[in-house]
Amino acid sequence: MLRSGVIAKKVGMTRLFLEDGKQVPVTVLALDGCQVVGQRTAEKDGYVAVTLGAGAARAKRTAAPMRGVFAAAKVEPKRKLAEFRVAEENLINVGEELSADHYFAGQFVDVSGTSIGKGFQGAMKRHNFGGLRASHGVSISHRSHGSTGQCQDPGKVFKGKKMAGHMGAARVTTQNLQVVKTDAGRGLIMVKGAVPGSKGGWVTIKDAVKKPFPENAILPAGLKSAAAAAAAAAEEAAAAEAAAAEAAAAEAAAAEEAAIQAAEADAPAPEKKEGDE
Amino acid sequence: MDLIAELEAEQIAELGHQIPDFKAGDTVRVGFKVTEGTRTRVQNYEGVCIARNNGKGIAGSFTVRKISFGEGVERVFPLHSTNIESITVVRRGRVRRAKLYYLRSRRGKSARIAEDTNYKPRKDA
Repeated sequence: MLRSGVIAKKVGMTRLFLEDGKQVPVTVLALDGCQVVGQRTAEKDGYVAVTLGAGAARAKRTAAPMRGVFAAAKVEPKRKLAEFRVAEENLINVGEELSADHYFAGQFVDVSGTSIGKGFQGAMKRHNFGGLRASHGVSISHRSHGSTGQCQDPGKVFKGKKMAGHMGAARVTTQNLQVVKTDAGRGLIMVKGAVPGSKGGWVTIKDAVKKPFPENAILPAGLKSAAAAAAAAAEEAAAAEAAAAEAAAAEAAAAEEAAIQAAEADAPAPEKKEGDE
Repeated sequence: MDLIAELEAEQIAELGHQIPDFKAGDTVRVGFKVTEGTRTRVQNYEGVCIARNNGKGIAGSFTVRKISFGEGVERVFPLHSTNIESITVVRRGRVRRAKLYYLRSRRGKSARIAEDTNYKPRKDA
């Protein structure tokens, strides 16, 4: 049931007041021309995935090989590309644009992005170490990490030892965020809680891997073309319904007229009946 | 206007709450919806507004202080909360500070606030 995710831009955070008096902190994520740029198939690539692109890039500033890729897909050059593994039946045609309806309010998603860079940080901030004591003989090294290992045996610091170093600016996934609201018109997805990265940063949204796949998720994907087709169909249906209603109304009017005429014709009879009762 | 400001303005318009013009030093009565089991009722909380935070936006809030059974009680209300039924200004106070945290260390006579008798509403309110 693996289906495509979307690429979105982090707009910022705000809050929503719900009817039951609760207030929910939400992160607003915007879809910016999220289109399928390519497909990966089992025959050709050994795995099945869709390549999505988002954001507008200037053709002049796009590398020539990438320009070729976009030209082959017949889409505008994109700022950000990402691949999403999908099940074979959920492949999306190249050029299709995804809409915010891809997700529905209440479902859980995983959001990945590049976290805000923190620079070179000590062990306390980077790995939540406790540091050393404030007094009792500790001098200068209150925020140090302390011992890094044993003695002559093993005589080295083990690889992966948590120490000071560069923090942030790494790919981070926040799991199980609930979608609170979607706005297909403006292409907005509002997700409860915080999302990695700074405002204006690119993130990818996927269905939560640690929750059961939602039953009413749109397969293969919530596409703008499908939404447009549905809207057209709805309009047509509404038009047909309106026509039918008009016809029915006309019929009813005719029937009413006939009834009135009939009533006029045999007006005395019903009056008598009423009198009898 | 950026998208976030737009969304917040939309939400404020959608909530359609009537928020009176009040500031720190004013005595206000807040009708707050309380749910007890299944039924809801409105509880009034009256006291001195000692602070307004984060302006008029969706994140705005205000702090109301009162003395309840000899004990100082402070409550922070979100300005646009759907739990707030009404906000009424009972009395306009004349103060020279935006945050009246000094009232916390005062009791009785020294904790009084002079009434603003010739109060003029702000032009933009």
